[in-house]
Amino acid sequence: MPRTVRDVVFVDGVRTPFGKAGPKGIYHETRADDLVVKAIRELLRRNPGLDPAKIDEVAIAATTQIGDQGLTLGRTAGILAGLPQSVPGYSIDRMCAGALTAVTSVAGSIAFGAYDAVIAGGVEHMGRHPMGEGVDPNPRFVSEKLVDESALFMGMTAENLHDRYPSITKQRADEYAVRSQEKAAKAYADGKIQQDLVPVSVRRTNAEAGETGWGLVTADEPMRPGTTLESLAGLKTPFRVHGNVTAGNAAGLNDGATASIIASEDFARENDLPVKMRLVSYAFAGVEPEVMGYGPIPATEKALAKAGLSIEDINLFEINEAFAVQVLAFLEHYGIADDDARVNQYGGAIAYGHPLASSGVRLMTQLARQFEEQPEVRYGLTTMCVGFGMGATVIWENPNHKDAGGSK
Amino acid sequence: MSTTAELLKGAAELFPDEVVTSAHVRHFELPAGAGRFALITLDNGFDHTKPTTFGPQSLANLNLAIDQVEKEAAEGAIVGVGITGKPFIFAVGADLKGVELLKRHEDALAIGKGGHDVFKRLSALAVPTFAYYNGAAMGGGVEVGLHCTYRTVSKALPAFSLPEVFLGLVPGWGGCAILPNLIGADKAVSVIIENSLNQNRQLKGKQVFELGIADAIFEGADFLEQSLIWTASVLNGTVTVERPEIDRGEGWDQAVAKGRFIADSKVHGAAPAAYRALDIIEASKDGDLQKGFDAEDQALADLIMGGELRSGIYAFNLVQKRAKRPAGAPDKSLARPVTKVGVVGAGLMASQLALLFLRRLEVPVVLTDIDQERVDKGVGYVHAEIEKLLGKGRINQDKANRLKGLVSGVLDKAEGFADADFIIEAVFEEMSVKQKVFAEVEAVAPAHAILATNTSSLSVSEMASKLQHPERVVGFHFFNPVAILPLLEIVRGEKTDDASLATAFGVAKKLKKTAVLTKDAPAFVVNRILTRFMGEIQNVIDEGTPVETAEKAIEPLGLPMSPLVLLELVGPAIGLHVSETLNKAFPDRFTVSPNLAAVVKAGKRGFYVYDSGKPELDPEVAALLKQGDVVLTEEQVRDRVLDAVAQEIGLMLEEGVVAEAQDIDLCLITGAGWPFHLGGITPYLDREGVSERVNGKRFLPQGVASVPA
Repeated sequence: MPRTVRDVVFVDGVRTPFGKAGPKGIYHETRADDLVVKAIRELLRRNPGLDPAKIDEVAIAATTQIGDQGLTLGRTAGILAGLPQSVPGYSIDRMCAGALTAVTSVAGSIAFGAYDAVIAGGVEHMGRHPMGEGVDPNPRFVSEKLVDESALFMGMTAENLHDRYPSITKQRADEYAVRSQEKAAKAYADGKIQQDLVPVSVRRTNAEAGETGWGLVTADEPMRPGTTLESLAGLKTPFRVHGNVTAGNAAGLNDGATASIIASEDFARENDLPVKMRLVSYAFAGVEPEVMGYGPIPATEKALAKAGLSIEDINLFEINEAFAVQVLAFLEHYGIADDDARVNQYGGAIAYGHPLASSGVRLMTQLARQFEEQPEVRYGLTTMCVGFGMGATVIWENPNHKDAGGSK
Repeated sequence: MSTTAELLKGAAELFPDEVVTSAHVRHFELPAGAGRFALITLDNGFDHTKPTTFGPQSLANLNLAIDQVEKEAAEGAIVGVGITGKPFIFAVGADLKGVELLKRHEDALAIGKGGHDVFKRLSALAVPTFAYYNGAAMGGGVEVGLHCTYRTVSKALPAFSLPEVFLGLVPGWGGCAILPNLIGADKAVSVIIENSLNQNRQLKGKQVFELGIADAIFEGADFLEQSLIWTASVLNGTVTVERPEIDRGEGWDQAVAKGRFIADSKVHGAAPAAYRALDIIEASKDGDLQKGFDAEDQALADLIMGGELRSGIYAFNLVQKRAKRPAGAPDKSLARPVTKVGVVGAGLMASQLALLFLRRLEVPVVLTDIDQERVDKGVGYVHAEIEKLLGKGRINQDKANRLKGLVSGVLDKAEGFADADFIIEAVFEEMSVKQKVFAEVEAVAPAHAILATNTSSLSVSEMASKLQHPERVVGFHFFNPVAILPLLEIVRGEKTDDASLATAFGVAKKLKKTAVLTKDAPAFVVNRILTRFMGEIQNVIDEGTPVETAEKAIEPLGLPMSPLVLLELVGPAIGLHVSETLNKAFPDRFTVSPNLAAVVKAGKRGFYVYDSGKPELDPEVAALLKQGDVVLTEEQVRDRVLDAVAQEIGLMLEEGVVAEAQDIDLCLITGAGWPFHLGGITPYLDREGVSERVNGKRFLPQGVASVPA
């Protein structure tokens, strides 16, 4: 049977505001699955053209798939969100690139013809499920020196990346972090972010954390507008004595969820759904686990090669800011300036937070908004590093560009 | 300190054990730049299994929260105030435990006034107020929301009601005055009177919206978020709430008249609550809410100090609490599993039992009878009932398939009962027949199997006496219609052991029946009392009092039906049979009416004909009656009947037929439908002085189902 690969598009993406993990965080008494459910429902409200019965799959990522992040979250969240029982779902895990992998997995299936429209997203409630909860690494990793002992500690891998790029100093990392906070504050002031947030009702019973009772969260909790170099200079370097990585130049520990609609371009057009981005290529790559922050570089190399593009063709970058050094290593590799205007225009995870498996769709949602504003840009990419030494990159085309391909 | 605070402080001192509800105030920015909002959360600190209630300290907490938001609203610091509940619960109204403790009219008045004083502040704030009915809302919970400017309701809300009239109160924190002014008197009467008197029927979220009580409805998954977004739209002016005009003319009067008609048909004027509520609704026609609130305060205080409410709360606690923990039942750990049920007999009663066991236990149920035709008919009945359930959508096709697969009929008891754990007989009501059946069953059933009898009047001990293992025989007496009346009298025979009894109670619980343990005494509880009651009516008729007078004499009790209509429902032949049984046991108190015997002999199914639409004495029956010449007044009839009932209950308690008077009342409420305002019957006999007159003492101590001393 002859097959035609179909164009895959990013229809829309939303997310919950991100919270700080921990007993005083806004989501401390909110379940992870409920965060996903709110995001899915917001997507459906925003896209009335999408008949829920026509959704072919719900793919939801989480790193720690236990408790309220377990039980095949894609299926349970679909039922809880009120999707018809006929809509199936599953769970995905690629740690930080969970939601990104949810998108690429379903995209592959759409291109193949298995699906027409899918919900893909992710969640991580790092307050309820701290990093490393329930892990049981095989002792051979250490005894056979398969990986360095630092590989499981992301902060240490970031310090290792500073070793690989001696020119990336703490000063540069801090400067980058200050810019991320500034850009995020400006994006908020300009209303770029709020339009894709779903308000979440939150309950608090612990008076030490603030006013008790039900409240409503409409903004990201982790942001620190007004961050200065001076304020960052004094922070501790918990992962290495006299090291470079601090809480200020890295993403925090966060709670949040994202969801997107991914569809075949034909389906989107037939159902009057928006086409915000067109998928060009994607790739994943493995690197030494102890320098996992290097991962985006080989992943991007592969994705560019598959697309037949070069880095010069990419004019908007959404790079997940797990660590400033990991972004800077990427920029240094490609000879892009630390403050290049094409990179993370709205700021990044250092400001908004990084609830592991949810972040990939946040990058896409922000890139999609930048595509709308900048029709002169044809290609952009979303990329992130992944624990245990991986990178993940997706290259997107701006459908608003005059030369953009696809069906119209 | 405001006077409201003082009032509530005084009330709180009377109720030290209140489960206190907090009123948390939390502030946040509304979406769409609508401004800063204050949301009050009502929360008693427990999970949803302990719903939030309002006692005096809880009201004081809400009052303090309103102090805070009132000031903020006046200063322009907030644009609106909302009120909602903890997960799954909004608030379920006044704490009844506190009401039971009240001894003085002025304290009762303070509770009513305290609630009003707090709630009505919500409508007087400088900013709009919003109630978000997120979960179960009843009574005062509903009313706190009625005082708000706007309301939203969750589509997932399972229960919403103003149950006050059901218990013997009026919705007295604004319900009677505000609701008809919000949704019209007709709908308000449905909610306040009709639903309440219909076994406290609950509304679901969708109905709350359709009735116009809520201005908007949102799904449960993100109810609060959507309510707050809607709130922002209302405050921004992008959404305008429009409510239909209500009929303040004739429609209002007709609604109140309809309410009175419903009340009459349910309580026959015997309980005051519905009428007091209707009076307030009637008077609220002019929209003067404060006048209505004052009338509510007065009605609440009067009713709280009255016997009907105390009986109502007592009855409510019986069916809610005592019914779940039957007095005298052995430890449930002794119960054996029941994985297969046998039914001896395939007649109508047996078939109904088979259906009930099948639906509730979902284990194989085998019917047996003396010939194949009867067996097939019994199984056919069960299949037909399953089809009906399927047709009504009460069960799905898979469930219907499963149930039909579980029911079977055989002629050979050995084949059917060899692996049954619980075998119930519903054969002809004759001792020798039942003994023979049990002997046959014992020969083929496993050694552990329970042998249960649905006898209504025969001795369980005697029935078991010829068996090798009489310790496993229990009485399992259902009430007709089996599917509707909750009562199940579980009879302990002389030799019944604890394990068998525990198994019987375990089965009863799975059958969702209200099980009451009774001694193996003639006719057990309900039939004995009803027969004594009916017998005394019959006696006065036989002696010469006209049928009409005898019937009217009982009306002030507000029973669900008159004695002779009840006789018709039971069947005169069965009534006669039970009276004969009891006459044998207690010839000095139970008579066999020759007139009743004549009616049965003539093949009459009742005393009345309904040709005119109303019950009228059947002329053929009238012709059969041979009456004496002693004509009593209604009051004399009533005294005689109530005296007889009080005497019989007193004797039953002395004999130890049940553990306590409470069990008698629970039986009468759940097995005969006797009303809450009588508390079954003993609270009524106590408050009318009948108990004292007949037995020289009360059934219940002062303070139980009555105002404490």
